[in-house]
Amino acid sequence: MNNIFAVAGIVIKELYRRKDFYVLFILTIVICVIMASVNIFNDNQIIRYLKELCLLLIWISSLVIAITTTARQIPAEREQRTLLPLLAKPLSRPQLIFGKFLGCWFACGLVLVCFYAFFGALAASREHAWPLLNYFQAAFLHWVMLGVVIALTLLGSLVFAAPSSNSTICFVIVMAILCVGRYLDAVALSRPEPVRTVIYSLYYAIPHLEIPFEMRNLIVHDWPLIGWNFVALDALYLLAYAAAFLVAACLVFRRKAVN
Amino acid sequence: MHPAKTFWLLLVALLVFCFGLAANLQPQFQSLESSRRQSDNFFSLLLGDSSRIFANSSFVEADAYYHSGYYPTIFDNNEAFKTPHMAEDTGAVASHNQGEETSFMGQPRDWIDAFGRHFIPNRHTHLDEGGPTDDLSSSSEVREILPWLKLSAELDPENIKTYVVTAFWLRTKLNKVPEAEQVLREGLRNNPNDPQLLFELGRIYFENYNDLTRARNIWEAALRSWARQEPGVPQSVRLEKTNANFDNRFIFEQIQTSLAQLEEKAGNLNAAIDHWRKVKLASPTPDDIQRHIDELKQKPAAPLP
Repeated sequence: MNNIFAVAGIVIKELYRRKDFYVLFILTIVICVIMASVNIFNDNQIIRYLKELCLLLIWISSLVIAITTTARQIPAEREQRTLLPLLAKPLSRPQLIFGKFLGCWFACGLVLVCFYAFFGALAASREHAWPLLNYFQAAFLHWVMLGVVIALTLLGSLVFAAPSSNSTICFVIVMAILCVGRYLDAVALSRPEPVRTVIYSLYYAIPHLEIPFEMRNLIVHDWPLIGWNFVALDALYLLAYAAAFLVAACLVFRRKAVN
Repeated sequence: MHPAKTFWLLLVALLVFCFGLAANLQPQFQSLESSRRQSDNFFSLLLGDSSRIFANSSFVEADAYYHSGYYPTIFDNNEAFKTPHMAEDTGAVASHNQGEETSFMGQPRDWIDAFGRHFIPNRHTHLDEGGPTDDLSSSSEVREILPWLKLSAELDPENIKTYVVTAFWLRTKLNKVPEAEQVLREGLRNNPNDPQLLFELGRIYFENYNDLTRARNIWEAALRSWARQEPGVPQSVRLEKTNANFDNRFIFEQIQTSLAQLEEKAGNLNAAIDHWRKVKLASPTPDDIQRHIDELKQKPAAPLP
């Protein structure tokens, strides 16, 4: 475990040395502050449009950070020729993969803490309320969902040649799931066979990342807390996919030439 | 030729050419200006006619906010949401909705769908009725739809219902009557003499300012404007009970009903009866109207102090 955490620590340090997070965080703050300054019929209590915008920016920023940070991990080690010396140490290939995964995942967790703290402050400035448990549920499932995206991107970084192509493909897949993943079954029902079976198979095979994504509506519109059992089940469901992608990454990396 | 003379002749020729060009371009420029007057805002210039599509999306988004996010997507059955409920509830927009609004999602299709419904708004509520909390004292939460309505009006200044809906919620639930009046006057600047906007403006004078004279004048102007909308078409044809005439009949009935109520309040029973008779022409329940007219005929005329 020490080896895994050592690799993870390096990844976290790399994130706070890079400027991606700072740029996206400041951009989110600037856009939200500008939008908050708009006068809407002299009413200073209107907040939901701001909450929606802020959450959308948080989701976009977190996905950008998660995918771009993960996509360059192993290709960068290979390009800088540090992969071979790293594996020459008492560090197995699966440990490297898990270390990279944990590093990116924890780094995204830190990013989410900053973003959701700003979101909470923004909402409280007008609502004068702190539904902390609701925010915790949203942030937690968001983080678990990013675990799936990171594991997928890590697998992609071993399959695709360049980080750019990997990032693009991962973005397309994730965006497609977020936008239409929930409705694939409805689309399947309206199609004839064998297209129906193909779409249905896809529907059951993909990780339903849109479940935490659509939770935004509950936060924006002040809906009551979701049952903790459902949150736990969704987290387990997503972690199972993350584990599956990680195992696949380990299997691919086991046969991969490192030089 | 003397160079100085050539110079002066050229100068005169250029002046004549400039004058001719200006005389030629001025009428074209004027017609261009009048067509651009309607689109002198940032969004219209940037997006052109496509700004109307975005305006409609903003209007629908406002209705989604009115339902606290419980709203059909393109994959759901939206028969009960054809006319946005936030517009329908104003009473100033005709409803085209059918079906059950509380269960557009239907039964869960599979276990993923059933599980996912715990993470999305899953109950039909209206913001003016408390939204998800069902707390009727928080009906002012309806303010949350305003940013989208404002954006919709910016994107499509010719969409009447945006102004009507905005003004209604501003004056009824948020008690912002001056802002509501300002919205309607902005609408009238962009759509001069529109009967529906005039009708709403009249409601402000009648219901909020209690100024019967100005309300009557505005509603009569609305009626004249309604008549001018289709010149040459007789009133009886416009009030025929066909689907094409639905909106025509609706606005006529609204204005005449309001005028009748106003005259009743002012104690002018004969004028009120006259307006109720016109309401009967457009009303889907003429028997009820006739019963009311009969009741009024029994009453002695007594103006309010």
